[in-house]
Amino acid sequence: MSDTTFARLDVFKTYKLYVGGKFPRSESGRVYEVTDAKGEWLANAPLGTRKDARDAVLAARAAVKGWAGTTAYNRGQVLYRVAEMLQGRREQFAAEVAVSEGIGPKKAAALVDAAIDRWVWYAGWTDKVAQIAGGANPVAGPYFNLSTPEPTGVVGIVAPQAGYGHSLLGLVSVIAPAIATGNTVVVAAAADAPLPALSLGEVLATSDVPGGVVNIISGRTADIAPTLASHQDVNALDLTGAIATDGPGAAPALEAAAADTLKRVVRPELDPFAQDWTNAPGTDRLLSFLETKTVWHPMGI
Amino acid sequence: MSTVAANAPGVAGSGLADVAASEASLRRFLHGLPGVDQVGLEARAASLGTRSIKTTAKAYAIDLAISMIDLTTLEGADTVGKVRALCAKGRTPDPTDPTTPRVAAICVYPDMVATAKDALKGTDIQVASVATAFPAGRAALRVKLADTADAVAAGADEIDMVIDRGAFLSGRYFDVFQEIVAVKEACKRADGSYAHLKVIFETGELQTYDNVRRVSWLAMLAGADFIKTSTGKVAVNATPPVTLLMLEAVRDFRAATGVQVGVKPAGGIKTTKDAMKYLVMVNETLGDDWLTPHWFRFGASSLLNDLLMQRQKLTTGRYSGPDYVTVD
Repeated sequence: MSDTTFARLDVFKTYKLYVGGKFPRSESGRVYEVTDAKGEWLANAPLGTRKDARDAVLAARAAVKGWAGTTAYNRGQVLYRVAEMLQGRREQFAAEVAVSEGIGPKKAAALVDAAIDRWVWYAGWTDKVAQIAGGANPVAGPYFNLSTPEPTGVVGIVAPQAGYGHSLLGLVSVIAPAIATGNTVVVAAAADAPLPALSLGEVLATSDVPGGVVNIISGRTADIAPTLASHQDVNALDLTGAIATDGPGAAPALEAAAADTLKRVVRPELDPFAQDWTNAPGTDRLLSFLETKTVWHPMGI
Repeated sequence: MSTVAANAPGVAGSGLADVAASEASLRRFLHGLPGVDQVGLEARAASLGTRSIKTTAKAYAIDLAISMIDLTTLEGADTVGKVRALCAKGRTPDPTDPTTPRVAAICVYPDMVATAKDALKGTDIQVASVATAFPAGRAALRVKLADTADAVAAGADEIDMVIDRGAFLSGRYFDVFQEIVAVKEACKRADGSYAHLKVIFETGELQTYDNVRRVSWLAMLAGADFIKTSTGKVAVNATPPVTLLMLEAVRDFRAATGVQVGVKPAGGIKTTKDAMKYLVMVNETLGDDWLTPHWFRFGASSLLNDLLMQRQKLTTGRYSGPDYVTVD
């Protein structure tokens, strides 16, 4: 051993956006400071722009055909694989959740476990949702009449920004149901707590989810959410994290923009800050981004 | 910067009339053309691609680009129904906005000319037909001439012929020249008028920029009304440097002879951004004289949808998507 010891330099992580299966910097080249609950600097996150959001919509649109076309069973396997990858990076996520939400390590670890479990729960739904959202309809004629749920297409998601467990568990609770049914998503990550979301991108990239199925943009909600709301190529909008009370990022403004282009919209909770993401989710979100296709088939042929 | 105009033979007054009098004189002329500065050409093409075009200029460029499109379907699987649908799209590119201009032409295989002609009745949209054993051009001359005459007889307004690249690359320039002259003659209609002749070089197969310059002059000397980069059927299609080189050739040809020839890049132009780069090149190299559908065309199919989506964005303020244009 040498006498001279060099202090090892830490390798700082540069968080990146996750778009189309790749990790680009923001098109603007800008970043913003992410701080913990006490205002201490944690990391620099890319400041995603409206252009980044549009690029993500393009990537999501390109991925719809392949993802919606895979069998539900196969989608379930892929989503289960995501849970496996999450499990492998439990510690990292627990640390990020703890600093993002200002909670202790034990609580954070429990939230990460809950997020993994929730991912598995939604993975199980992929090939079962047709049983509750579709079925055989009785008709007066010699026909089978069958209704099946189909994915809506590209879903814009304003990720949860408030409530207990929003940074990872809340995020998983909005992404997983949308992609389980075959949609692709563009997520505006929580502006104050983007680290778990950006790390989730790394998990998705290593778990067989095709590029473009999930796209994650960090930055100002007031920039990204209105772009998603007004974009004609976004078919549905989840406003869960639209907590602003006024301005272009507020839920009423976003809903108005979405109405212009006839989107399905999931409204935010009346009091998003009181929301507890550990509560059982139910199937509402799973059924929010579906179209029903009905086919007639003659009997006896 | 370009110095080609000053160097071009013929500019000094040495008439071009007898250049094609013999095999030897044609070869001497083509090999006497100045060599292409590859680095300079590519740098110039790249720098012209960096212009930013916004708001009203963008709206103008989009409409101009739409009106310059040769909307094309050249598949083995083309059907009468597909050609009719394409013609309907050419007539009314965006049914939600009647102010959208029409395309310049519909480009089809010879056997579909009659169908297209019928579907475009009452409009000024031209029917262009590929001919001369497109895309390979590997057939006997009499077959190529029959192919051309057939398309003209069916009512084609424009003929897109392919040159014999094999002959050109093996140095038989005179054969290529005579073939173009013969095809031009086959474009003659019963009433004595001529169908417009576009000559396709398939620049992706010509190997060098020098060859592209030579073939451009060769085709223009032989009487081409338009020179066109590619068939769209090989790996490398229209590129900005090749198109720029051809634009310079038509500029120099007009300076030398007074005859104006059109240019049509084709294949691989898919986005509004690409199309604008070409329009900038035309404007900077040739100026307003060529900025009309009569002298500049885009051979494309998917480009139109992207132009329409951008146009919708400008009129509605909302970004559009493929759900709002036709599937093609």
